[in-house]
Amino acid sequence: MTQLSPALVSLREITKIFSNGVTALAGFDLDVFAGEFVSLLGPSGCGKSTVLRLIADLAQPTGGSVTWPGSTGDDHRGEIGFVFQDPTLMPWANVADNVWLPLRLRGVSKRDARDRIAESLALVGLSDFAKAYPRELSGGMRMRVSIARALSLKPRLLLMDEPFAALDEIARFRLNDDLLRLQGDLRCTIVFVTHSVYESAYLSSRIAVMSSRPGRIVADISGEAPGPRSKEFRTSARYAELCAQISQVLLDQTTEERL
Amino acid sequence: MTAFTPVPARRQGNALKIALPLVVFAAAIAAWEAIVRIEGVPPYILPAPSLIARTLEADWSLLSASLLTTLETTLAGLVLAVLGGVVLAVLLSLSRIVEYSLYPFAIVLQVTPVIAIAPLLLIYMPQDVAVLACAWLVAFFPVLSNTMLGLQSVDRNLMELFQLYGAPASQDPLARLRARLKALWYLRRPAALPAFLAGLRIAGGLSLIGAVVAEMAAGSAGAGSGLAYRIIESQYRLNIPRLFAALVLLALTGIGLFLVLAALNHVLLRRWHESALDREA
Repeated sequence: MTQLSPALVSLREITKIFSNGVTALAGFDLDVFAGEFVSLLGPSGCGKSTVLRLIADLAQPTGGSVTWPGSTGDDHRGEIGFVFQDPTLMPWANVADNVWLPLRLRGVSKRDARDRIAESLALVGLSDFAKAYPRELSGGMRMRVSIARALSLKPRLLLMDEPFAALDEIARFRLNDDLLRLQGDLRCTIVFVTHSVYESAYLSSRIAVMSSRPGRIVADISGEAPGPRSKEFRTSARYAELCAQISQVLLDQTTEERL
Repeated sequence: MTAFTPVPARRQGNALKIALPLVVFAAAIAAWEAIVRIEGVPPYILPAPSLIARTLEADWSLLSASLLTTLETTLAGLVLAVLGGVVLAVLLSLSRIVEYSLYPFAIVLQVTPVIAIAPLLLIYMPQDVAVLACAWLVAFFPVLSNTMLGLQSVDRNLMELFQLYGAPASQDPLARLRARLKALWYLRRPAALPAFLAGLRIAGGLSLIGAVVAEMAAGSAGAGSGLAYRIIESQYRLNIPRLFAALVLLALTGIGLFLVLAALNHVLLRRWHESALDREA
């Protein structure tokens, strides 16, 4: 994809070797541009999550660099929202307090955070559940709280690590649509890790297909422009074609590995 | 939202849960009374429940003073054990160096049967302090080990989230310590609460046992007047009804302590922790 503006975050020649000697990433390059919805797609264990952790500065690359060309300053953690595969909510705190956590850690009092909490909860459609405790919510609702928490700091970049993998398909479809609507409203950039071909085809403006160990990007496929999808998109020829294209790349990849 | 109206069937089950043991207990007491009366068992072998109740009433001034002494020792031992256990657990969780250097000693303290230390403590310390030290020693370890377990059982992803939003960018040690304290307060403290409360419940019972054991070791030599001392004294005087009365008070103390700690557990955890939730039908 060619874009004239500088990348929001840029990973160059990344190598990541874990302390147990496993090479997770080698020669990994990725540019994420503002406003994009990038999916990292690949088999499990290919280092997709590691990429997110590197971007979030939760892990350091063994070699290569993670840079933010468009912005100054060293600490970009305040601009990042992170959503894990599990909702990872604090069971002892109610929904509002869970959403408050990132603000609280940044020293924002609950009173000052009230509007932001309400706003975040409204975005994910959970305004009525501020006082509920996580155990009282369904899996899909917990994930919404987790997303609301990530949104509470108004991040420029939202990192999502297989957030819907544990949900049933109905909840997943709804959250897919909600996520696209959210991105349209907030104009944030999303990097989304998934191992579902269909999910990546539905959501992404760009699909980066990764090979397994050591992980690197083997194909960069353009998807639909960011923003909400029409009702017909899931049954459209374009969607089917995208799915086929991605599946083909994955298939080539696995046969290549076997040879 | 989920509705929490209890179904009638469950209320019935709850009533049964309280009524059944009471009925069984009353039946056992009645049987005891009946056997003693019918067989004509002398009171120095086995006093009837009614006699124990009368002794309790007659000796109340003596026994209540003893009860107070034992209760004071037990509670003071428990409070000190909680303070010591929690402070040490926090220190151990904050620093590996402290953990490696101190934890083995805590284990040594735990695995040594305290009853064996009691005579020594009685030589080194005034009797009341020695008894307190005993209660503290036995109650201390469950608080320490459970709190440590709790402090370490924070969700890893939550810790990462914390690192993302809360940890300082600088590597200066003071800032890092501050970040650790923050994590301790916001994440580890609430996460450790259930395990801590479990430790507290164990410690409550053990603290009473520690106090009794130490009083017994002090025995008739001591000037102490706790319930265990009364038991020994009654044994020497073959005042078996009073022995039983003291025993009843000890049992009631243990039950009371357990109920209070269980209630505390329920109040603090009922909104969120599995152990304290009403099982939904």
